[in-house]
Amino acid sequence: MNTTVVIAALLLMLVVAVFSVRWTAALNPQSLIGRVAAPLLFGAWVLLFWEVITQAFDVPRVILPAPSLIGSALWKGASLLQDDVVQTVLKSALAGLVIGCGFGFAMGVLIDRSPFLQRGLLPLAALASSVPLVGIAPIMVMWFGFDWQSKAAVVVLMTFFPMLVNTLAGLKEAGHMERDLMRSYGAGYWRTLFSLRLPVALPFVFNALKINSTLALIGAIVAEFFGSPTVGLGFRISTEAARMNMGLVWAAIFVAALAGSLLYGVLGWMERRVTFWHPSIRRG
Amino acid sequence: MPKGTLANASLTPWQRSSPVLVVLAAITLIWYAAAVWLNAPQIIERVLADKPGWTLFDLAPLTWNMERPVLPAPHQIALDLWNSITGWPIDSPRNLLFHAYVTSTATLLGFVMGTLLGAVLAVLIVHSRTLDRSLFPWIIASQTIPVLAIAPIVIVILGSMGMSGLVPKAIISMYLCFFPVAVALVKGLRSPGVLEMELMHTYAASPSNTFWMLRVPASLPYLFPSLRVGIAAGLVGAIVGELPTGAQAGLGARLLTGSYYGNTIQIWSALVMASLLGLLLTGCVAWAEKTFTPGVKK
Repeated sequence: MNTTVVIAALLLMLVVAVFSVRWTAALNPQSLIGRVAAPLLFGAWVLLFWEVITQAFDVPRVILPAPSLIGSALWKGASLLQDDVVQTVLKSALAGLVIGCGFGFAMGVLIDRSPFLQRGLLPLAALASSVPLVGIAPIMVMWFGFDWQSKAAVVVLMTFFPMLVNTLAGLKEAGHMERDLMRSYGAGYWRTLFSLRLPVALPFVFNALKINSTLALIGAIVAEFFGSPTVGLGFRISTEAARMNMGLVWAAIFVAALAGSLLYGVLGWMERRVTFWHPSIRRG
Repeated sequence: MPKGTLANASLTPWQRSSPVLVVLAAITLIWYAAAVWLNAPQIIERVLADKPGWTLFDLAPLTWNMERPVLPAPHQIALDLWNSITGWPIDSPRNLLFHAYVTSTATLLGFVMGTLLGAVLAVLIVHSRTLDRSLFPWIIASQTIPVLAIAPIVIVILGSMGMSGLVPKAIISMYLCFFPVAVALVKGLRSPGVLEMELMHTYAASPSNTFWMLRVPASLPYLFPSLRVGIAAGLVGAIVGELPTGAQAGLGARLLTGSYYGNTIQIWSALVMASLLGLLLTGCVAWAEKTFTPGVKK
């Protein structure tokens, strides 16, 4: 094909794309269609341009495979990627997320009664947020072996501190009025905890869960770079990248992105169901 | 009970630091105990098997001074760190400062590029409804995906284009820095209320005046926390970027060679070095935050 024709066609497409996105962006933001049309159309145009440019200019597959190629790799490697998802997301990340958040939450509730331990642990938790904790992965691989247990251990360590900090902040959220009301009812520590302070802390807990869902996937994938059985998204990405099989690499990344968004979406849905009383949810 | 911030304000430095010291001491004690517990099987099998009647006092010092322990004792890590820093010239690959330098240049370059990219995108999004409605949802959604997974691809792609060393790592760092900065800046640039905007209007301020004198200063309290997140994420990105290439230098390469050769002390000292680097980088951002937003309470 003639290059000038291609470029002219691309420019024409660009004009159409800009105007169509502008038009959908001007739709009424109150309606559902008005909110989702613009981002969806924008994404579709990006995909289309990606496809046309990679096809027309013969972009080497190593640099950027066309979306259709990634799609077919996704289709062909579906069973392979399914095993990877089970290994990385369902075993490593979810197990680590549940254990790490469980520990962090329990620890938060426990040391909430001890200002001394709080003043001791909170600065350490703040330090932990600026330290590359994922570097602990090679040690965990040595201790717990190549399989998912070592990845889950990394995830436990990464998710523990955000949950601890947020649980503590959430437990402090109940106001004096509400606490005094509970006291005037004759409610003890446990009754106040379960009826007032934990429900009030829930938005903070969900915030930590959402942060941690991303951290958990990162931890599980990066830990696989240090050694894993021959299955797992991180293993797939690093080995196929070394073999220059970029279609499957991009497919694996797409699957990882999808898993991350799904996990986040499920947590967001649960948050809206559980903390329906919170102003930030009520308003929207 | 008063809230934590209020309680802290009335404390003497000693009252504030003593709990941290107690917790640190407890962690050190637990660490030494764990080192005995984890290293004991090897020691018992290799050294103490032909010495019947040994006690804990024979066992403990041996477990704290092994060459390849399962869990090295803190003093072994400190000693290894000290030896590598003082025992070799600064440009020797055996010196951890050299590796920290390699990793931090990639982190900083990526941080600067990512912050600039995030700032440009945020300014565009704030001033264009089309981009706000079409691009911004994707930027928010991309925060929920493990961006770090693309690290090997970036290395391979740039490697096939003949680039290696600093630039690919910096690009991974850039990816990780850019998302939090863009999201926070959009929020910050939009934070001035109707009152402030109308006041600027009554002054007949031009759009660029409004931008520089109102929107930018108002966005700083939003920007700095995201910069702290960004630089910590960028450091992780640079370290992970050193993994799949078999890079010769950098803290990530040091971690990887340590894990290949089962040299646990080397892994731990590289890890401590990476942590110190992380603290230093976030400390610099925190210092900048204090300098540029003096009146803002955290």
